[in-house]
Amino acid sequence: MIRIQARTEPSALMKFVSPLLAIVLTLIFGGILFSAIGKSPVQALQVLLIAPLADSYNIGEMFVKMGPLLLCAVGLSLCYRANMWNIGAEGQLLAGALGGSAMALYFVESESIFALPITLLAGVVSGMVWAAIPTFLKLRFNSNLILTTIMFNYIALYLLIWAVHGPLRDPQGYGFPESAMFSDATLLPTIFESSRTHIGILFALLAGVVGWFILTKTHLGFQIRVFGADEPAARYAGFHGKKLSWFVMLFAGALAGLAGIGETAGPIGQLVPNVSPGYGYSAIIVAYLGRLHPIGAIIAAAFMAVLYMGGDLAQIEMGIPVAVVSMFQGVLLFFLLACDFFINNRLSFTNQATN
Amino acid sequence: MKKQHLVSRLELVKLTKQYPGCLANDRISMTLMPGEIHALLGENGAGKSTLVKTIYGVVSPDKGDILWDGKEVVIKSPSIARDLGIGMVFQHFSLFETLTISQNIELCLSKTQLHEIGDLAAKITELSQAYGLNVDPTRYVHTLSIGERQRVEIMRCLVQSVKLLILDEPTSVLTPQEVAGLFDVLRTLSKEGCSILFISHKLHEVTEICHKATILRGGKVVDTCVPNEETPASIAKMMVGDLADQEAGYVKREGTTTVFHVDDLSLPSKQPFGTVLKNIQFELKAGEILGVAGVAGNGQDELMAVISGEDERNVKNHLHLKGEPIGHLHAGERRRLGMAYVPEERLGRGAVPDMSLSENALLTHSDGFIKSGLVDWQGIKDYTKSLISKYKVKCHGEFSEAKSLSGGNLQKFIMGREIGQNPNVLICAHPTWGVDVGAALAIHQALLELRDKGAAILLISEDIDELFLLADRMSAVCDGYLSPVVRTEHTNIDQIGQWMAGTFINTHQPQEAQA
Repeated sequence: MIRIQARTEPSALMKFVSPLLAIVLTLIFGGILFSAIGKSPVQALQVLLIAPLADSYNIGEMFVKMGPLLLCAVGLSLCYRANMWNIGAEGQLLAGALGGSAMALYFVESESIFALPITLLAGVVSGMVWAAIPTFLKLRFNSNLILTTIMFNYIALYLLIWAVHGPLRDPQGYGFPESAMFSDATLLPTIFESSRTHIGILFALLAGVVGWFILTKTHLGFQIRVFGADEPAARYAGFHGKKLSWFVMLFAGALAGLAGIGETAGPIGQLVPNVSPGYGYSAIIVAYLGRLHPIGAIIAAAFMAVLYMGGDLAQIEMGIPVAVVSMFQGVLLFFLLACDFFINNRLSFTNQATN
Repeated sequence: MKKQHLVSRLELVKLTKQYPGCLANDRISMTLMPGEIHALLGENGAGKSTLVKTIYGVVSPDKGDILWDGKEVVIKSPSIARDLGIGMVFQHFSLFETLTISQNIELCLSKTQLHEIGDLAAKITELSQAYGLNVDPTRYVHTLSIGERQRVEIMRCLVQSVKLLILDEPTSVLTPQEVAGLFDVLRTLSKEGCSILFISHKLHEVTEICHKATILRGGKVVDTCVPNEETPASIAKMMVGDLADQEAGYVKREGTTTVFHVDDLSLPSKQPFGTVLKNIQFELKAGEILGVAGVAGNGQDELMAVISGEDERNVKNHLHLKGEPIGHLHAGERRRLGMAYVPEERLGRGAVPDMSLSENALLTHSDGFIKSGLVDWQGIKDYTKSLISKYKVKCHGEFSEAKSLSGGNLQKFIMGREIGQNPNVLICAHPTWGVDVGAALAIHQALLELRDKGAAILLISEDIDELFLLADRMSAVCDGYLSPVVRTEHTNIDQIGQWMAGTFINTHQPQEAQA
């Protein structure tokens, strides 16, 4: 008979090795899967993981994808550290894209230097509002944050779709569900020539550092960690649980909103129905892969961005369906949770016959 | 002396367990006969916990053998220990809060055992009555006080008809009457042939009930004795080596100015099985310790939560600090006004288990270590080191996680942290529960020192001896009522014991008298 027993002293080292182990297991699994559908596993993994880093254009594209992933993941890391199960980064991202884009369209004729900051701010505030509603519902009515944030993801998506079919549709756009192209005054400047990499990635890296700074250096971050690790202790110490909850949720909402407007005012340049290929959801995996540590999230976001890129390349070069990316993400999370489980627990095989 | 040529129930041969930086058990040998009640004595960190965990299969020894009924066994896990017939009641309980008592007990039974028992709830009720444990199988664990939870743990072992029962400080949360009841249970079990390994710090209990005692110090067996041939003082000496005797009474003080008072406080319970506070009224004076006796679950937890502000309901006009109402303030604001607390639960409330001692020092002591929102980690580290050395907290260092400390050492740390804030008012629950003689002495000294510096102290404890030793004035709680307050020298254990049983309620609250 197999029993599960908690380990008395889980290895501290393994907590950091676990993500690597999960990645290796995912790759092995992927290799087997590719052989099963008749593709060379070596070539597939090469396209999936190496090719995205092979030339400067691809690296630039990798940064484009890494930005929103990282922004969302840093916010989520703080939320999860505080035991606030915010699954709503996707909705907050879309709200940011919608709110920010509405502002950008207001400036569509403008050349003001304030146009871009105000547009970004509009995106940030929209993301915060979208995070605030479920937070309020949880703190006031004790509603389940996981459920409400997921619901708000769909509400945000359909609001956005409604907006591009209605009020924000480009009047000269031949009826396509897209907004007008933004003015250059509201577009994020690119960093390199001939690449779509824009300064959003710098925002994201900055967010990672700020998140790390808050968590490890400030009293606020300490309170967040205590609140998440041991709520009775936080109450005993006299920390304001509600204020901490509000802080992490609004912080996450702000970053996700920035990620959203960073997409429409960045590589896309207009509001379209598919702003995000599920960045807000993938960011959950990124946050866990980064051990809920903002600096860890930087590395994890880079990996996830490579996977996104690799998925595109695999489709182009080898005809592997792009759904393989989602599957890889799912398998990765599965292995990560499994590794964590076996770090904290062990199986013991007991022989019942000894009785 | 019983020297029958029986096979021993349990024999340990040179058990050794090395932890990084600490030899927890050093070639420990001991023998337990069937039906023997054997005391395991020693200070915190002497290796008692490691030894019993080894017997219970939680810890695997590096060297040495365990013989069970004369046969060598390897106890790799608690389930193997349970299959052998070893039951254990831990110091930190391991119950699922969201399950009922019955479900909790069911969880640790195998299918065959469950089948043999049949109706578990009925069995629990039956044993509960037989042993006077007062355990209702349908109640949820989260509604139970610590004392009640311990009874569930004992019940859990009784249900499995054990051959060796290990009790880690079983009496620390029971009233004198309940202790007597428990001892009846233990004596009955002993007569039925069940061996009992009994860890306690209350030496008079050990001399009362135990047949033999093994004394550990620094991981080694330093002595064995027959407790009823010894006195508590002589055993204490064996435990701590040669430390000052703690029998000497302390000087009583009389405070003058009222620092804190609770005014006609009545509060319904938040939980279905909690205690309703009724007309609580008392005052704390500067330079004085008020002791509150009472059995667990009579309103102590509720009272403490209201005073600390962890219970966030507004009781503005019922709590006053230096004449100002504070009942509407948030827990953090009350702390900033100079209130400090030592809670009953050390791990999980008084300290965050997975955080280092430095971080746990910062938990409530942030004064002077926060500059414009930033934590002065170096300052905290130095402060933590000073706490560790001042209160002789046994640990690897300020980076040790709180959960790695033994109960008594963690308590010394928490005490030191709260006292280190120089509070005006210290609310302190069960300060020496599970703490060894030497550490208890240190904690007592620290409390008295704080009192003499002019702090007002509320001491909630279930240890009457300790209350009489420390408190300048005494009171008792029962069923959410607080008894009158008297000066300690004007009362005696009998009167307080009766108050703990609620005899004062009739005279004070005739309309709500309870049988």
